[in-house]
Formats: sequence, C-alpha cells, structure tokens
Amino acid sequence: MYKILKKEKLNEAVELMVVHAPFVARSCQPGQFIILRADEKGERIPLTIADYDREKETVTIIYQIVGYSTQLLSSKQEGDTIPDFVGPLGKPSDLKKHKRVLGIGGGVGAAPLYPQIRKLHEMGVAVDVILGGRSKEFIILDKEFEAICDKVYYATDDGTKGKKGFVTDVLNELLNEGKEYDEIIAIGPLVMMKAVVGITKPKNIKTAVSLNPIMIDGTGMCGGCRVTVGGETKFACVDGPDFDGLLVDFDECMRRQGMYKEEEHSCRIGLGGK
Amino acid sequence: MPNMSLKKVTMPEQDPNVRNKNFNEVALGYTKEQAMEEATRCLNCKHKPCVSGCPVNVPIPEFIKEVAAGNFEKAYELITSENNLPAICGRVCPQENQCEGVCVRGIKGEPVGIGRLERFVADYHMQHAEKKSVQITKNGIKIAVVGGGPAGLTCAGDLAKLGYDVTIFEALHALGGVLMYGIPEFRLPKALVEKEIETIVDLGVKINKNVVVGRSITIDELFEEGYKAVFVGSGAGLPKFMGIEGESLNGVYAANEFLTRVNLMKAYDFPNNPTPVKVGKKVAVIGGGNVAMDAARTAKRLGAEEVYIIYRRGEEELPARKEEIHHAKEEGIIFKLLANPKKIHGENGWVKAIECVEMALGEPDESGRRRPVEVEGSNFIMDMDTVIIAIGQSPNPLIRQTTPGLDTHKWGGIIVEEETMHTSKQNVYAGGDVVTGAATVILAMGAGKKAAKAIHEKIQSTMNA
Repeated sequence: MYKILKKEKLNEAVELMVVHAPFVARSCQPGQFIILRADEKGERIPLTIADYDREKETVTIIYQIVGYSTQLLSSKQEGDTIPDFVGPLGKPSDLKKHKRVLGIGGGVGAAPLYPQIRKLHEMGVAVDVILGGRSKEFIILDKEFEAICDKVYYATDDGTKGKKGFVTDVLNELLNEGKEYDEIIAIGPLVMMKAVVGITKPKNIKTAVSLNPIMIDGTGMCGGCRVTVGGETKFACVDGPDFDGLLVDFDECMRRQGMYKEEEHSCRIGLGGK
Repeated sequence: MPNMSLKKVTMPEQDPNVRNKNFNEVALGYTKEQAMEEATRCLNCKHKPCVSGCPVNVPIPEFIKEVAAGNFEKAYELITSENNLPAICGRVCPQENQCEGVCVRGIKGEPVGIGRLERFVADYHMQHAEKKSVQITKNGIKIAVVGGGPAGLTCAGDLAKLGYDVTIFEALHALGGVLMYGIPEFRLPKALVEKEIETIVDLGVKINKNVVVGRSITIDELFEEGYKAVFVGSGAGLPKFMGIEGESLNGVYAANEFLTRVNLMKAYDFPNNPTPVKVGKKVAVIGGGNVAMDAARTAKRLGAEEVYIIYRRGEEELPARKEEIHHAKEEGIIFKLLANPKKIHGENGWVKAIECVEMALGEPDESGRRRPVEVEGSNFIMDMDTVIIAIGQSPNPLIRQTTPGLDTHKWGGIIVEEETMHTSKQNVYAGGDVVTGAATVILAMGAGKKAAKAIHEKIQSTMNA
C-alpha cells in the first residue's frame, strides 16, 4: 500500500498528490512515469512523475481528471492509500548538454516537462518555456518554471494569461524573431504536439515529444502501447515514452487513443459523474 | 490385477454450447471414485518412463498407487515433494508430450490419465486439508527472484524449503505471471492459482509486488543489498507482429493485450471491473498455438458470433495441444487453415476486413515441418471487427537492457549453462520464457527447479571452502 501524504487541487480538473513510494523515488529520472491502480479492481493507469524526493521516498504525481479511474483516484484524500503504484517505467529522457532548449507544456503536460527542464537547468543549459492552457487557471507549475527558466511565455485560449492563442502561436513568434534552439521538448495533448512538429519539422529543429498511449502492464509485455515512429513499430513503455517528434505518426496515435471512448463513457455513468 | 481398460476414465466437461458462453472451467475433474478407478490402470512399471518424461520428476507411479488406495493426502505429499504447483500442472501441462507420452499403457490404447490424477489430488487437498504450518530452519542467506511466474515461484519455493530467505520481485500487482494474465479462467481458475501460490508464500517467501527489476532496482543493486544470488524469470515480453499493412488499426490486438485485459484485469466483467475490451461480431485470431486457441475461445465467450483461427500451415502442423484444438472446435471456433494474412483493411481507422492468401505445403523446412508457400492469385477477403495476433513473443527486454555483463542471444533470450541455468553474469541465474522464448509452464518450472538446486550447491560449496 502506498500512502498519500499530500493532495492539492491545482485547478478544477487537475490535482497533485505526493505519494510514499520508496522503490519509485529511489531511482526515477526525468521522463519516466508510473502506473497505479486506484482500487483493488482498478484499471492500471499510467501517470506522469512531476517530482520526487529520494530522501523522503516520495513521488509527486499530477493528473487530470478525465475518466472513471482518475475520478476514483481523485476521491482519495490525504492519509488514504493507493493499492498499487509501480515504477519508474519507461526510459529516462535523453537530455543533452545543449546551449539553449525550449520547453513547451500544454495543460497538464507541464508536469512531465518540469523535471526535464529542471535537470537541463542543473546541467547548465539555458531554457525557455512556453506554457499553455484554456485559461489562466489551467496553467500549472508557472512559479516553478519561472524559478529556473530564462523566460517563460504563456498562451491561453481566452487571453487571461499571456498571449491569446495557442502555444504554437508563441512558438512561431519566437522563431520568427530569430530565436535559436538546439532542441524543443513538447509535452501536452497529441494535437498540440502534432502542431508543434508541424512548425519544427520544415525547419528541421530537433523536437522531442512524450507519448502517453493506452497501456496495461507498462513493462514490455502486452503491446498495447505500440506507436509508429519513423515507419517502425515502437512500444512507449520500453522504447519511450519520449520519441523523436519529427518521426511520430500522430494521426495514428490520436486514433488509437480514442479506441475506448464509448466504454469510458459508460464507466463514468457508473460513477455518477458527468 | 490392474484395470486393463484401453481408455482413460472420462472426465466430465461442461457442454460445449453452454461453456462457450461462460468463463467457468471447461473440465470438471474426477470424483474420488473416478480417480481411484483411473489409478488402477497404472502398471507401476519398474523403469518408470513417465518420471523421466516429467520436467520436474514427480514420483508418478508412487503417487498413483496412493490414489488407487484412497490415500489422497499421501499422494499429495508425494507430488509436492517435487512439484509446488500440482493443481496448475494437472491442468495446463502438455502431458501428451511428457509423462503420458511415454506411458507404457499408451502403446496399446490410451496412457494413464496422469494429468487428471494430479489435478484430482491437488484439488482434493485444497478442499479437504487443513493448513499446516511449515517448520523450516532459516539459514539467513538472501536470494532474489525476479518475476513471480511459474519459473520464479518454483525456484523460490524450492529455495525456501531449503531454508533460504527468498524475496520475489514482481512487476505486476498480482503474482502468477502467465498463469494470471495469459491462461484464461475457463482453463485455469484464478482463485485456484492464488491458492496454490499461497502454499509457496506460506513457506516464508517474501513478496515485493509492483517492483520492476531493471527499473525500480537493478540486479547489481540487489547484490549490493546483500542478495547472494539472483534468479531471473521475467518471462516472455513484447508480442511479435507480422509487419503487414493495417496492424495498427483500432481493433487489432496482440494476444497478450487481449488476454491480459480479460484475465488479469477481468474485462469480461466490465463495467464491474473498469478495464474494457472490444470483440465485435467477427473475430480473426492469427496463429495456431495455445495462445491463439485461448484468445479464440475467449473471444467466443465474450459474445463474438464467428471466431476464426487463421493459420498458414495445415491441421497437422498446428502447434497447440490436441486437447485445446479439440475443445476449440467443439465450441464452434472456425479453423481457416493454409491461409496467410496479407493485409488488414480498415474503415474510419477501425478494422473492417482481413485479406489472406491461400497456402500450399511444400518441402519440409529446417523445423521438419512442410514449408507453406503462397498460391498465386488466391487472395480472399473476410469481413472482421477484431483481429488478434498470436504469433509469439520475444523475451522481455528490460533485464537485458539494464544489466551489464548479461549475455543474450541475438533474438533476446538470456544465455545460460544448461545444467545450472547460470548466466554469463556471476551468481545470476535465469530460466523460463526469458531464456527459451515462449514455451510451457512446466518447462519454466523445470528451469526454476534446476536453478534452485544449482544455487544451493554453489552456496554450500562456497561456505565449505
């Protein structure tokens, strides 16, 4: 059993939990993730590691409430336990000692982006970040990013923080201004990552993305998380979750992501949710 | 005077048309009387070919003699002197290629139903025996076992009996490996697997679930923590695909994913269990092994109207156990043999149809089986809602990716010395599917057993040195 030491609501859809998970905390690296089950019958859901404390043996997860299982998780309080919490899973990010890197975090994608950017900062890499969300409330970890980045740009759909528009609008502006980045790390909804690559690919700017496909065991057994990268079948759990964005078949990812839409709906009804 | 009947005592089964709609066990097991009657067919041969045919050397004639005499607990003790998981082996071992395959009674007529008797004895014990607390003198020597499947459980059980302080590190939330996620409920009830695993845990084996060795902790770190030997039984890994167009369409599953959803995550009881699975009306399962049979029969039970096994060779070449093929046919699975998939057609991103080409059998290949060759111009298309690919797996990649000094074959299997299961890395042993590629439960158990013996001998020799 894994105890929830802290729970915090970041906005109406996104929450943070600090969980006591010694085996994950001792070895996790930026880019890796965990799988948990919120109860004894629960689905195995992959979630991002947003932070960790090796001494306190804790792992911070940030999740968006999107379906039955994340609602179930959200019903837990500080002091409650999570029956299963396994990790770290996936390969650590391949962070290079570049001169300058741009991070792009869309919505809850800012969470897995944070440990990578922090690590780059510690390595002496200059980092800028663009954070995006529906409105001001949906921007997370802005203070944390501002503490380590040279510059943090914002984009919101309604213009309540930063530019009114998408992260890609800001990206275009930066590139048009002549800003040069050795690498861009984009993490967020598939549609956002696809749009980012739509800009960086023609300019041949190295772009890393982090994929979060449907997954069961997360240890290289079931094959459910397969993605096509550069024409080859890859498995996000053991080959990823980070991939070369310029090579990812995003349309296929988006299609596979929607495979259980109907079932997610019937499950939500079961929980009395929306 | 032995019972000279040429046939095994029949084991009752659920009617095919009833069972193909439920997940209850297909075979119902012998009664006491049936078991005692079948046991009298054993000739108690002196040279015991059956024992040499058993990968874990169960004293077969001895236990059968006890069954015939009605001493079922004594029979259980004899079996479990060599085999920690008899209820499981009695159900899923390919006895026809092992103990029963070399039974003298099989020369004329059917061999003794050794598997059925093993199953009976184990089930009888579970229903009747009271739990005994085991007294084992601990030696305090720590051994780590990676993976709680058949290989790891066997190795752990044998070492625990010898007094070792054994810890199993399991990546999933449940022990059992393929016994839990792979083999379906109707062939191997999970409650029974759990119960049988409990007998191993009761030997004092420690369990660390949700730990992925290679990620949560490496093998080198296990040694730093004082473990004297590590046994790797991390099992089969990534499913193979055919590399044909349409394999990433929605509605295409690897058998591992399909079966894991249904068995481990209990998707057949959706939404009581929230993990979903899709079957649709028409399902094609590609492959001819036991996993393919399991997937096909599972799809049928989930409500599919037509379920096809598509296999590129002929009936004779089907690698699945005869009994499984027989059961599948009884349940209405349609065998489309000598057919090879060429393309999966889609519509709006979902599976719509499968296109195959007819095959003919040519000259024998290196495996001794006749090589299938395409019949030109014979392509045909069948409408499908779901396609399940069951053409094998490669060994799990995690350990080899994260353990320096561990030599593997090109195809990914860990290289071991056959007698000891010792790998190229000092004090690291391995066995089961991670060494052989996908094989049987009993071979994995045999490997676990061999490794346990070798670990014990090695540790004793270093202590005496």
